[in-house]
Amino acid sequence: MSKVPVLILLAATYLLIVTCQGCQGGLDIKTAQYYTNGHQLYSTHCANCHGDKGEGLGLLYPPLTDSGYLTENRSALPGIVQHGMSGEITVSGEKYNMEMPANPQLSVVEIAYILTYVTNSFGNKSGVFSEEEVLENLPDYLTPSQIPSHSKLEKSAF
Amino acid sequence: MKSAKKVQKNYPVYKAESIAGKKAGDIADRKSGRSAGLWAITCSLFTVLALVSCGPSGGGDSGKKLPIMGFREAVTTVIDGKEVTDTVYHQIPEFEFLNQDSILVSNEFFENSVYVANFFFTHCPSICPTMQRNLLAVYQEYLDDNRVKFLSHSIDFKYDSPSVLKNYADRLGVVNDQWQFVTGSKAEIYGMAEQYMVYAQEEAAAPGGYEHSGYFVLIDQNRHIRGAYDGTSKEQIEILRKDLKILLQEH
Repeated sequence: MSKVPVLILLAATYLLIVTCQGCQGGLDIKTAQYYTNGHQLYSTHCANCHGDKGEGLGLLYPPLTDSGYLTENRSALPGIVQHGMSGEITVSGEKYNMEMPANPQLSVVEIAYILTYVTNSFGNKSGVFSEEEVLENLPDYLTPSQIPSHSKLEKSAF
Repeated sequence: MKSAKKVQKNYPVYKAESIAGKKAGDIADRKSGRSAGLWAITCSLFTVLALVSCGPSGGGDSGKKLPIMGFREAVTTVIDGKEVTDTVYHQIPEFEFLNQDSILVSNEFFENSVYVANFFFTHCPSICPTMQRNLLAVYQEYLDDNRVKFLSHSIDFKYDSPSVLKNYADRLGVVNDQWQFVTGSKAEIYGMAEQYMVYAQEEAAAPGGYEHSGYFVLIDQNRHIRGAYDGTSKEQIEILRKDLKILLQEH
């Protein structure tokens, strides 16, 4: 008699676990896709200053290993990637004050890829950074074709 | 000593455009140049025939020697009534620049050491961060070893004052005077870039306003160019590391 509820409970737990893993599996695939694409873009656009391992460069360019900073400033990240940044910031207890250049050539999905890569590498782990989340935090987003041509020169060869 | 001097013939080893343009890469790749190839063939022949060593400066048949790069010319002088022909190699001219401590630093500072020279600017968004990251690693390997020095010329003569350079060097992690960061007038710095065969130009369309190539140029104690390496390439930095060791054995 008393074993029936236990069995039901076990079955329910099993179902719950299977369902959850199903959801997470889907999320993981998306994260993995974004992460892989982000890795490529990171090497092209970010690693120059922030380093292959997100280690930064001395006290010139901040590391990307400070999970606390990334979490606290998550909503500002899309804007930083697109518009660059200036002024003093504190990362991992050190002060940095070098201007970060803008990356106006990056599309919304490319910013999502990069941020997924950064927030899930170098000891950070915070799941996918979706295009929706990027757009939510870029109210003044301009598509690359809307950007005045002179600011596209950032990408020109050296 | 030299009673009469007559320039016999000019032998431009590398074509003229190699000097000004980004073709310093051709120089870095010593196997690519026709003259370098000829030189290599001559060397092998000499080795096979077990004649005198193949090194341009003679002596030392065991270790590898680095070539001397740039223009060279055969100069014939008459010494004690005899005509003697000798090769005169391209030499970095004497220089004097203001460094990160607002002190004039000249070629004398580098006299008893070999050094690695490059051209950069502090707010360069393109190749400089990678270049300086790579050079910093080499600097740290030779920290407090005064046989090796480093010389970074800023090509942004407008913005990179000594105090800006000082702040940059400190923040990069430079802790002694082994690595000099210098500034000078546009003519001085850009003229010097040509001497090192590194391309540098003011270019409004380039990221940061300047266009330049990211070569590390290895200079020996006689201010001869002994190697040029793409400062953004990990593979080339490894070659620089090896070449530095070879060069240090010369002295």
